[in-house]
Amino acid sequence: MEDKLIRLAVNGRDEAVVIQPLATLQDVLRDKLELNAVKSGCGQGGCGSCSVLVDGELQLSCLTLAERVGDAEVTTLEGLNETNAIVPLQQAFIENYAAQCGYCTAGMVMAAKALLDRNPAPSRDEIVEGLSGNLCRCTGFAPIVRAVQQAAQALSDTGEEAS
Amino acid sequence: MSMKELGVVGRNVGQRDLESHARGQTTYYEDVHYPRMLHLKMHRSAEPHARIVSVDTSAAEASPGVVCVLTHEDLPGKKVWNGLAAVGVGPEDEPILAFDKVRWRGEPIVAVLGESAEAARAGAAKVEVDYDPLPGVFDVEEAISGSLPALTAHWPNNHYIYPDDHGAAQIRFGDVEQGFAEADHIVEDSYQTSPIEQAPMETNGCIAKPGGDGRITVHTNTQAVHFARDNTAAILGIAPGKLRFLGGTVGGGFGGKVDVAVEPISVLAAMRTGRPVKFKYTREEEMQVSSTRSAWRLNIKDGVMDDGRIVARKITSYQDSGAYLRFSSYGSMKHAGHMPGPYTIPNVWVDARVVFTNRPPSSAMRGFGVMAASFAIELQMDKVAKTIGMDPWQLRLLNAYRNGDMRAHRKVNEDAAMVETIQAAAQLAGHELPAEYQAMTSWDRKAS
Ligand code: FES
Ligand code: FES
Repeated sequence: MEDKLIRLAVNGRDEAVVIQPLATLQDVLRDKLELNAVKSGCGQGGCGSCSVLVDGELQLSCLTLAERVGDAEVTTLEGLNETNAIVPLQQAFIENYAAQCGYCTAGMVMAAKALLDRNPAPSRDEIVEGLSGNLCRCTGFAPIVRAVQQAAQALSDTGEEAS
Repeated sequence: MSMKELGVVGRNVGQRDLESHARGQTTYYEDVHYPRMLHLKMHRSAEPHARIVSVDTSAAEASPGVVCVLTHEDLPGKKVWNGLAAVGVGPEDEPILAFDKVRWRGEPIVAVLGESAEAARAGAAKVEVDYDPLPGVFDVEEAISGSLPALTAHWPNNHYIYPDDHGAAQIRFGDVEQGFAEADHIVEDSYQTSPIEQAPMETNGCIAKPGGDGRITVHTNTQAVHFARDNTAAILGIAPGKLRFLGGTVGGGFGGKVDVAVEPISVLAAMRTGRPVKFKYTREEEMQVSSTRSAWRLNIKDGVMDDGRIVARKITSYQDSGAYLRFSSYGSMKHAGHMPGPYTIPNVWVDARVVFTNRPPSSAMRGFGVMAASFAIELQMDKVAKTIGMDPWQLRLLNAYRNGDMRAHRKVNEDAAMVETIQAAAQLAGHELPAEYQAMTSWDRKAS
């Protein structure tokens, strides 16, 4: 199998990349486009650190073949700050001390965004369920859940979108 | 001083890197990207204990995308090492790449460099090692029983020898045998902890990049950047000034990133090929190969009076170091330093041994040596309370160390807060204490 040129829509930009056969979306985002917020804690679908949105749906980029993404719109954490302004969801992570080493944070924020975009007023159980594919070894999950609860509250107060 | 004047105490202080984490802008070692970077994968021992009959790397070298392989023959400096050699801990016992024998399943034997991680992995899988298996030792007490051969010539009885020929970190205080003879009760039990993987979300890894000036830059997620640099230099026999180590944010460590596990071989590979080299543990390696918290076994014997006073405590403990020493002698020192727990006991005897087995080498994890000691001692305290029919809170308050008490290490106790801590915990837990126990303080032993 030969290397191949593919096009991807990432964070609102069109990108052309040469990929190796069977390259994952994670390989492309991290190593080719240097979107470093896409982490790689396991490379096998177990940790959620590589979470991105593909057409708004939460996906593990380590289990997604780059070629299969097609025309879909890919969003990484970097895509939330195109104007540099911090979004309420990120602000809630900061105010709730919802990160220590920060390695899981990008994946957590993306999972939370996917949840709030589809369910702006989730119950605590729904938040726990929404983050259940994302592991954190440092912080403990309580501050992370609180951050998402606060973000949901902020959204309902202002009527804004999650991010 | 009023709270107003205190800048930090009693307040929530902003965490400096939180915004950068939330934006995904924090830089970890892996976030530098170099063109023409090679990937290193390790061929590891499939046996817990075996003589190496032969190693054949020809198929690996011929594998597509493989650039070179490194065995112990390529090591320019040391063949065996210990991370604390510079501070006098020895003898150095751990092969950097295994040669005559393997002593744990997962021990590194051959490093394979490939144009991609996949090419390196495929190449590493093609290394052929012919083993002559030897019986394995997996139990600490069995290992030192004398019925099994020594795992290495360094440790004839399969346990570490501290300076002055001590086979254990020891405490001798008072006379435990006399204490036992005078006691109303003898309470004895054995406690065992498990090895625990630190399991950071970011696995161990580094990138070594040769520069035009003859220096090598190493981006690493070590928890101890200067320690890693100095050990890498010592292992390879090069001047530390040739190495520029850059730490960064560590993606979780918990003691699991102090072993200098990836840097020396990556630097050697970068020197050999003149290209940047990345060595990142897979999740499987992180869980199965990287060192864990040591498993500990503790046998505790207490002599106790009817009124709850513990008059003698004897502890024999065994730290399962796995196949090699790493930092275990330090771990067992800290372990012994934590004995006999936060209690004043007039007769104490402790032997804390570092034992070698065919398990993966163990190492630091939060509270190195201390957790196992606390775990066993506090379970033992509960057992004592049950045996003599005393409230476990009261038993602890009665025996808790006070200021001015001579500790088993011949140090007079200062700044004790054990009594007040137990009292506060009892209150939070809604546990009623009798008036005389509520009146106890760290400054006297009135109630006893
Ligand atoms: S790296 Fe994708 S789930 Fe862990
Ligand atoms: S903050 Fe370290 S893994 Fe979550």
